[in-house]
Amino acid sequence: MNASLLMTLPELVLAAGAILLMLVSAWGGQTSTRGVSIAAVAVLVGAGVALAGPAGAGGEAWDGLYRADSFAAFAKILIFAASAVAIILAPGFFERTAGDNLRPEYPVLILLSAAGMSMMVSANDLLVLYVGLELQSLAAYVLASFMRRDTRSAEAGLKYFVLGALASGILLYGISLVYGFSGSTLFPQIADAYAGPRSLGLTFGLVFVFAGLAFKMGAVPFHMWTPDVYEGAPTPVTALFASAQKVAAIVIAVRVAVAAMGPVTEEWYPIVIFASLASIFLGAVGAIGQTNIKRLLAYSSINNVGFALVGLAAGTQQGVASVLVYLAVYVVMTLGSFLVVLQMRDADGQQVESIASLSGMSRTRPGLAFALMMFMFSLAGIPPLFGFYPKLAIFNAAVDAGLFPLAVAAVVGSVVGAYYYLRVVKTMFFDEPGEVFRPVENPVEGGLIAVAAVLVSPLGYLAIPLLTVWTTTAAKALF
Amino acid sequence: MIQAIAFYLFAAVVLLSAALTITARNPVHAVLWLILAFFNAAGLMVLVGAEFIAMLLVIVYVGAVAVLFLFVVMMMDVDFAQLRAGFARYAVIGLAFAVALAAEIMIGVGAYSAGAIQLARRAAPVAENVPNIVALGSLLYTRYLFVFEGAGLVLLVAMIGAIVLTHRERAGTRPQNVTRQVMRRPGDATRNVKPAVGQGVEL
Repeated sequence: MNASLLMTLPELVLAAGAILLMLVSAWGGQTSTRGVSIAAVAVLVGAGVALAGPAGAGGEAWDGLYRADSFAAFAKILIFAASAVAIILAPGFFERTAGDNLRPEYPVLILLSAAGMSMMVSANDLLVLYVGLELQSLAAYVLASFMRRDTRSAEAGLKYFVLGALASGILLYGISLVYGFSGSTLFPQIADAYAGPRSLGLTFGLVFVFAGLAFKMGAVPFHMWTPDVYEGAPTPVTALFASAQKVAAIVIAVRVAVAAMGPVTEEWYPIVIFASLASIFLGAVGAIGQTNIKRLLAYSSINNVGFALVGLAAGTQQGVASVLVYLAVYVVMTLGSFLVVLQMRDADGQQVESIASLSGMSRTRPGLAFALMMFMFSLAGIPPLFGFYPKLAIFNAAVDAGLFPLAVAAVVGSVVGAYYYLRVVKTMFFDEPGEVFRPVENPVEGGLIAVAAVLVSPLGYLAIPLLTVWTTTAAKALF
Repeated sequence: MIQAIAFYLFAAVVLLSAALTITARNPVHAVLWLILAFFNAAGLMVLVGAEFIAMLLVIVYVGAVAVLFLFVVMMMDVDFAQLRAGFARYAVIGLAFAVALAAEIMIGVGAYSAGAIQLARRAAPVAENVPNIVALGSLLYTRYLFVFEGAGLVLLVAMIGAIVLTHRERAGTRPQNVTRQVMRRPGDATRNVKPAVGQGVEL
């Protein structure tokens, strides 16, 4: 019991911190927003520090329901960091947006969502997976419609809720089939059931579970909600969806695929390969006609999920390690892009989101334009920048696993996708200057942009040895 | 013997009160008949040894659902005469549903008597002599404690979410200030005056 508690320390810290801060905000009201936000970031840091103990690689807890290994720990660090950034970005965004104020419940909901994602990535049982998923989704629905006076935000929340509930239903149906035909919800025992003589029910369960997870990560053909929700939700929340949520969903999909359904790789291959190729191409083609930068980034996230799934399709330890590398770099690039989007505000200080308003930014705001150019080139995977390396690692893993055609198709998709990233760069550098954005007022946001830009710059290659050791250990924990 | 008598008693009352639920003219009476049906169904559950489900029926269905029905029936102005007006029009489709349900029951019973579906492996049944409340409790609070607490957090998020999205502080309202009301002493509110004769009262 005590050992189990120690292994779940990050979730305990997050849940206890969230409840405590909820009480503070209930009594403190609107004035406590700043204090609660700072404390929430501290709680996230505390949860990250807790990973240094048994929570980092302690093994199984709660009779095997929960697994604290370095695979989960790697994902948790990404999740906590992205959640902290989403809290830090919020005050500036809400100040600049007329109508709605930031309320202290915002950081509290992000903490609870982080607790849910943390449960999810450590799940070694379908029940824990489902409860963690619901915890993070429910908090996400509320966060998406946090701006109550903004109809787009309300629309985003409602759409996300209805479609998310449908996806949860599909996932739950799959879970019930898997449980019914394998007799257990524990991943190792499910794997045993798949390894033995099995009935058709288990295959049906597998398909439904993968469909539910594909929705949560926004992979084609379950991606329809992504652009609308990303556009309507408040930008800091969109940053959270595009980073932490994607990491959690992809990581748990990898864990389910390898730990629970590893013995039937040949049955989930086609699903993963189809989802990955469809996501890469639809994400690339769909983004071309977009005029809103948040919608563009939504399609970019669909596109990137496709690349991460190429690593999963490889199904090897090397493939899983490359997925983790990809996710780590993707989180930095995406958060960096959203940080720049948050700096786009007109002379009155209101947020603007159209790509056209970026025109000529290289002359009016050279530093910001240069940073966005780095993120866009990096997302496109153009060599001198660090975004190239994870794509290389993914394709390497796919080729080593004998999936040469998939790797070639993904490279073609990546070239198609480069078009719209380059279009943003072209708008900034070669179009006539339009409206002038106000300078970065917040030193923290400016600093975060600088840090993200340095990480995706060629200097990022210095981190490769560390990243390789770390992700290889993490992937080893899964096999 | 006593079991058989109890079974037929409960079963007969369930059927009778269920029939009265759908035929009662007054909707409040219908809900009351429904509550009687729930109680007797709970009695049937106790007879087959499922005391947890029996208590669930009484607490959840009688305590919450039926009372909610009662509130809805009493607070909404539902015109039941109008609702019943289309009975003849929808009789055919209603009959079709009834036939489908009856067929499902017959197929289900037939399949059941032909033998159970062979599932790959089944979770171990609980040991004999353990009441099912004890069995459920020990599972929920020991083995599945982590998930149980997680479910609690989900409910907390639902509550926070509902308040965040709907609660609004309206300006210009005058809410009750309980502290001020309690702090107030008789001396603050009343004044003892002794008007002189012929002077009138000063307010």
